[in-house]
Amino acid sequence: MFYTVAWHTSLGIFVVGLLYKTTNWFRHKVGPDADGISTSRRISAAARGIVATVFSAKIGTLLKIFLMDVLLQRWLMKKDVLRWLAHICIYGGFMLLLLMHGLDKLVTAALFDNYYSTLNPFMFLRDLFGLVVIVGIGISLYRRLMSKAPRPKSTGVDYYAIIILAVIMISGVLLEGTKIVSHSRYQEMVDEYAGLDDPEELGALEAYWVDKFGVVSPNVKKPFDNQTLKEGKLLHEMSCADCHSRPQWGFIGYGAATVIRPVALSLDRADVQNLLWYLHFLACFLGLAYLPFSKFFHIFSTPAFLLVNAVVKEGESDPANVATRDAMQLDACTHCGDCTIRCSVAVAFNEIPNPNILPSEKLAAFKAFLGGKKPSAKRLTKIQEGSHICTDCHRCTDVCPIGINLEFLWSNLNRKLAQLGYPKPEAWAREAMGGDFNLTNFKEEPLSLTPVDKEFAGELTGSAQASTFSVCFGCQTCTNVCPVVESYENPKEVLGLLPHEIMHCLALKQKELAIGSNMLWDCVTCYMCQERCPQGVRVTDVLYELKNLALKHLKKKAA
Amino acid sequence: MKFAIFLGCNIPIRLKQYETASRAVLEALGVRLVDIREFNCCGYPLRNIDLKAFVLSSARNLALAEKENLNMLVLCKCGYGAFRMAEHLMKENAKLREEVNAILGKEGLRYEGDTQIKHLLSVLFNDVGTKTIRERIARPYENLRIATHYGCHALRPSGVVGFDDPVAPTIFDQLVEATGAESSEWSMKLECCGAPLLGTNDELSRKFTEKKLADAKRAGANYLATGCPFCQIQFDTMQQAIESEGGTNHHVPAILYPQLLGLCMDIDKAILGLHNTQIDIAGVENFLAREPGRKST
Repeated sequence: MFYTVAWHTSLGIFVVGLLYKTTNWFRHKVGPDADGISTSRRISAAARGIVATVFSAKIGTLLKIFLMDVLLQRWLMKKDVLRWLAHICIYGGFMLLLLMHGLDKLVTAALFDNYYSTLNPFMFLRDLFGLVVIVGIGISLYRRLMSKAPRPKSTGVDYYAIIILAVIMISGVLLEGTKIVSHSRYQEMVDEYAGLDDPEELGALEAYWVDKFGVVSPNVKKPFDNQTLKEGKLLHEMSCADCHSRPQWGFIGYGAATVIRPVALSLDRADVQNLLWYLHFLACFLGLAYLPFSKFFHIFSTPAFLLVNAVVKEGESDPANVATRDAMQLDACTHCGDCTIRCSVAVAFNEIPNPNILPSEKLAAFKAFLGGKKPSAKRLTKIQEGSHICTDCHRCTDVCPIGINLEFLWSNLNRKLAQLGYPKPEAWAREAMGGDFNLTNFKEEPLSLTPVDKEFAGELTGSAQASTFSVCFGCQTCTNVCPVVESYENPKEVLGLLPHEIMHCLALKQKELAIGSNMLWDCVTCYMCQERCPQGVRVTDVLYELKNLALKHLKKKAA
Repeated sequence: MKFAIFLGCNIPIRLKQYETASRAVLEALGVRLVDIREFNCCGYPLRNIDLKAFVLSSARNLALAEKENLNMLVLCKCGYGAFRMAEHLMKENAKLREEVNAILGKEGLRYEGDTQIKHLLSVLFNDVGTKTIRERIARPYENLRIATHYGCHALRPSGVVGFDDPVAPTIFDQLVEATGAESSEWSMKLECCGAPLLGTNDELSRKFTEKKLADAKRAGANYLATGCPFCQIQFDTMQQAIESEGGTNHHVPAILYPQLLGLCMDIDKAILGLHNTQIDIAGVENFLAREPGRKST
């Protein structure tokens, strides 16, 4: 009952989840060209596209991609043989386990008349496949621990997936181990299948199973005399051998059984194997239900993307299908982190701990723009900062093992940010700071000579040069040589404060005035002012640091 | 002569010809280049956002070159300026250097300040020398007038970057003249191209570019020579935009110095990428002397 309900519930969630996630591919709009194309049009274009492709020469391309890239994962082998081995072990081993063991009633029993999970070769193969998965996990752990290259932090998504997988594997091994040693399990089987009444015969069979099959019995103990074992063997061959190979063939479970042998009787009395059974099945069902929403969705999305990307081409294919392909990219990411390892600005993350700097994490941020709801101002500021630190160097796109056009995603992320009023931080700060510290407000009232912000001068600590403003004697050379000032007929109107006035503000510790000036954002950083200053004030460098402060102020405000 | 070549973020994707032309010219002049794949952003774009993130980003590259015991050859003026500034800041502020090194130490790197930072033009002028360059010229230019654009971040602040005399620089002009071309005198030679404002204040950015183009034209220049991807892209695409939007056609196409030099050294035109610009610069070929082998002195 529990089993049936749990199985159907999780299967139901899995199917609905899969459908929901798949429809996202037809709903989400990534590029600007996708805006005018409806979901229904995209679904019908996809259906037509699939039919047309399957009945064309392109089917050869698809088959080749399916064999080489989906099944054999050639793209990964080309990158790193050890990583390929790890991945193929985990995915191959787990698939085989799923088909032969997890779905045995549907698959294995249908194919083989003599299928029993406790019979060879099935018993041996189950543990062999399990071993393959464990080897794969071992290699990836080794790679993660040994790798010196900075890599993206594993996130919650990665951990949930790994935890569920680990629980399935460990509970499975322990379940097999406790079953091998369990006397009560042995007793149940004897009652059901042996049909023995004679206590001597029962004793002989039990002795044989304790001796050869690892059962831990509260009744009989080793060593046994040969006569008893011989009799036990006869009875075993009559009643048990048809369905039971020696448990040593299930070598991992048998290893576990050997370890737990000293406490086997207590475990059996506490019915731990039953508990493990629940755990094992619950983990499997949970894994199944959670799969479409987890990192493991890539089992479906990545192959689907690889196939679609092989045949859908910009300019040639229906724009509706291009839009769908673009949306699929967001789900095709396996969070392998190659992009982040190669990212040109990832190093900045050490100083600006915003995960949206890293391409592997920024991709997840993109999804915030796909629902109908506008993300919070705090979230938008965070994404804006991360997204605009990117220098568009294209390296992430070049290394993505499955060919996601990340550069395309980033330019659209910036487009969507700008649409919501969050353009490049420098352009944004120009507007936002003007609003915060409107200089016209200051005109009317006399400035207080009591420092507005005593800490202010202390904030310009990035380098010793920022304190050079204090030797300014007001000659205005900086302003006179500034090509920005020169560009405007009435520069004060546009720029707020001119360079020499900003230096005055610093001396007067007028933080608001200094960081509120538009001059900061119009500075071309040509260093004319600094070069010509007779007093050695590092004017441009001070302006740079004031920009840092202004952006920090805005960041604080958004948080 | 061996250098770690620093390409930065822009060149490999938006100005590939600067890389291929530089490599070809340097190879012909006996300069060996080493590629360090782990190089990252020079830090320049981070300066507006966070000073320490900028220095860290710069320092990581310098530490990588230092580990290989190599000096840096930088193609970009802004990158060059950023490296020199980071170097300066870390020399001046020991605490900052230690903080940066603590982060770099996590991946086994350390910045000590042993690596020399050079721009392509300073390597060509100081390490190769105009004499060697002249000897390698197959067909010099005749009647070609070039306006040299020095680029702000290589020239200033002079105390930090030390590229050339900030008021009357001559390196670039001498390099141009080594090709047989004439370096035009123009009053806006040392001014900004406008690129740093692109995306923040496009109108002002364009104004800067237009002023310079008009001045170069006034001085009678046929081409504007650059040694920086930001300046080159700004002069090329902005000039194209001004023209296509019905503005003045200034007719002063921008050419990268290694393209200019490579052509008269008889380097394959495909490698120099003369056709990869918005405004075609292949016409510069018409200024090559008809008689090969003439050596200017």
